[in-house]
Amino acid sequence: MPRMGYSFPEEVLEHVFSFIQSDEDRNAISEVCRSWHDIERWSRRRVFVGNCYAISPTMVIRRFPEVRSVKLKGKPHFADFNLVPEGWGGYVAPWISAMASAYPWLEEIRLKRMVITDESLELISKSFKNFKVLVLSSCEGFSTDGLAAIAANCRNLRELDLGESEVEDLSGHWLSRFPDNYTSMVSLNIACLGWEVSFSALERLVGRCPNLRTLRLNRAVPLDKLANLLCRAPQLVELGTGAYSSELRPDVFSNLSGAFSGCKELKSLSGFWDVVPGYLPAVYPICSKLKSLNLSYATIQSPELIKLVSQCQNLQRLWVLDYIEDAGLDALAASCKDLRELRVFPSDPFGQEPNVPLTEQGLVSVSEGCPKLQSVLYFCRQMSNAALMTIARNRPNMTRFRLCIIEPHTPDYLTLQPLDVGFGAIVEHCKDLRRLSLSGLLTDRVFEYIGTHAKKLEMLSVAFAGESDLGLHHILSGCDNLRKLEIRDCPFGDKALLANAAKLETMRSLWMSSCSVSFGACKLLGQKMPGLNVEVIDERGPPDLRPESCPIDKLYVYRTVSGPRFDMPGFVWTMAENPALRLS
Amino acid sequence: MPPDTTSESPGSDVTSTVFKDTELTLGLPGEARFSGGKTCSKRGFIERSMDLNLGDSSSSSSQTRGKILAGQDFSSESLVSGAGKPSAAKRQEVVGWPPVRSLRKRALEGCKYVKVAVDGAPYLRKVDLEIYNSYQELLRALEQMFMTCFAIRGNYVGEGGRKVMYPMKEMEYVPTYEDKDGDWMLVGDVPWKMFLESCKRIRLMKSSEAVGTLAPRTHPRSCTYEVAADQQLKAR
Repeated sequence: MPRMGYSFPEEVLEHVFSFIQSDEDRNAISEVCRSWHDIERWSRRRVFVGNCYAISPTMVIRRFPEVRSVKLKGKPHFADFNLVPEGWGGYVAPWISAMASAYPWLEEIRLKRMVITDESLELISKSFKNFKVLVLSSCEGFSTDGLAAIAANCRNLRELDLGESEVEDLSGHWLSRFPDNYTSMVSLNIACLGWEVSFSALERLVGRCPNLRTLRLNRAVPLDKLANLLCRAPQLVELGTGAYSSELRPDVFSNLSGAFSGCKELKSLSGFWDVVPGYLPAVYPICSKLKSLNLSYATIQSPELIKLVSQCQNLQRLWVLDYIEDAGLDALAASCKDLRELRVFPSDPFGQEPNVPLTEQGLVSVSEGCPKLQSVLYFCRQMSNAALMTIARNRPNMTRFRLCIIEPHTPDYLTLQPLDVGFGAIVEHCKDLRRLSLSGLLTDRVFEYIGTHAKKLEMLSVAFAGESDLGLHHILSGCDNLRKLEIRDCPFGDKALLANAAKLETMRSLWMSSCSVSFGACKLLGQKMPGLNVEVIDERGPPDLRPESCPIDKLYVYRTVSGPRFDMPGFVWTMAENPALRLS
Repeated sequence: MPPDTTSESPGSDVTSTVFKDTELTLGLPGEARFSGGKTCSKRGFIERSMDLNLGDSSSSSSQTRGKILAGQDFSSESLVSGAGKPSAAKRQEVVGWPPVRSLRKRALEGCKYVKVAVDGAPYLRKVDLEIYNSYQELLRALEQMFMTCFAIRGNYVGEGGRKVMYPMKEMEYVPTYEDKDGDWMLVGDVPWKMFLESCKRIRLMKSSEAVGTLAPRTHPRSCTYEVAADQQLKAR
């Protein structure tokens, strides 16, 4: 073998490697030879840990000593829908304390579905002198006090994004903790905050940060204050309004309209809580430049939505409520030929009867009219195989397809058949499909189609579907690239799980709740697969007090190199080789 | 018969053949079979699916149970179609379904919080108007809220079925509200829905102050019940 490693000095190799950013490529580089492995690990600056329990902070630090940017994910996705009990885990504190001493030059922390305390936020603010980016996506466990520490101490902060986190609002004055000479904010997202922030502090902050490109306000910022803010930041590229309602006054309207017209770079709009339709025309001047529009909190009716959307010819992403109706989606299909992503949310998710005329037809229209459509999240109340087949044939470029038919077990409303062949058409035609969520009446057959065709599928969500273990077996044995599988309320049991145990080590995680997996099977899986953490979540009490054949409530299986975790609450049991570790 | 194949499902012959071919066993390939447990697991699933239905009205839980069984014992004839559903306003709520995040749910539920002040009381209260369906409910709630600190005399359901609101002769306080235009109006003038949209805050005004501060009524009486207080005002 040619001794390539010695042909170039380390510095040269390091320089070459610096152009390689993707984790996959870097992992490949590190396997070439010992010296490339060493050079690569010393030069890796970004680390992404998709499951914070898959590896320990110590191991990450040992392998990559010079990291500047860390991204961690904690709870399973179904935590978003209250399926993961409070206290389950996902604590970031051990990571923060380990990194506080190991990575003094850390610049970026991005967390998703993790629990972070004010103490950790304070530690971050004091440990990393060059800290620039804090993104907390769907996180919890902290308050505005923690934010105050970040504001007060992070002199080089560029990005503070609170995503859709749950923040305990103790005081709106945390924003005033940014020193007067702090001017480096580029992106600020406080949309999730429930109560008011100090508006004068916000105004001053916006006014003195010339590089501010993203500003997402919370609902409490009133509309009559928005114009002022916009005038101080005409360079904004992304804006989230506060409440978009006020008494209709011509002076407020003209100020607002003028302010929007002054924002020549604005490409993304969101917010729009409590919309008063009379104020919508204020944004018309900038519609033609918009690439992204999030109206998913805007309770306005179809005619207003159509007027707005028809002017956004360059729209690439639209999030909207089902108030848009089929008619509005027809208009979208006609006007927005560059559309890549559509999300339609339900305005009345718990209503028994449809409250708006939004059906499968709207989605079919958009699939016909928008050639670049590749990402869909669609809530509706009826669907047909014919519609799904049409969508599949229209859009073979689809990469993410999430359909939620609101009532479980809903069949094809035209034929009363299951929707197997419809979803089958999706996976057959859309060869690059990476993410799929199923709903409606489905038998094992749909899983046969998925296992056969969905070779690029990475994430699959299944609910109220299937008839037997065969369904699960098709998925696990057929989907070569599957990384995440989440299942609820399906009659899948032990057989498929145990027969495909080895597959689970090739995936990030498996979630199964309200299925038919027995405690005995979980124990067996845990004993036989040391590379997996097999965690049983059951709020009814210890599973070993019931017969082994009894089904458990929730199962979360994930691959790990750091063994069972030790921060489990009383309702989580891990099935491990060592029986002593089984008990909480 | 293994619990996971059903004779009713179309194509089940193919299914069971393929199933036998894969020789799935309760255990890793090469392991001994688990004894028993299969019957228990199927029953357990149905049981737990019923547990999922959060113990509400028995009719709804039996309806959902029917659906889950239909999924299990699939045959096209026994499918529950949309038409057969009961006309209950809200469907049975299953945890986490449909998959809408709490943040979004809360934002849509809408809260119409308004401050409520009572003349002479040291503090304000905040009420979410959206949780009430009528003036009656709202006023009853306000009465309960403020009763503890002082007496709001007067009742609002009169004799002979005539609904009466706060007969001013007996009462010390008049319920008023500030509307979108900044005017102080008497609570009860406009239909409930209109009130919901226009009310910015509420003040239980001392009746002695009420005269002369309320905006004159410009609309003919449009609410569905009589307001005796109005007549009292006119009488002054």
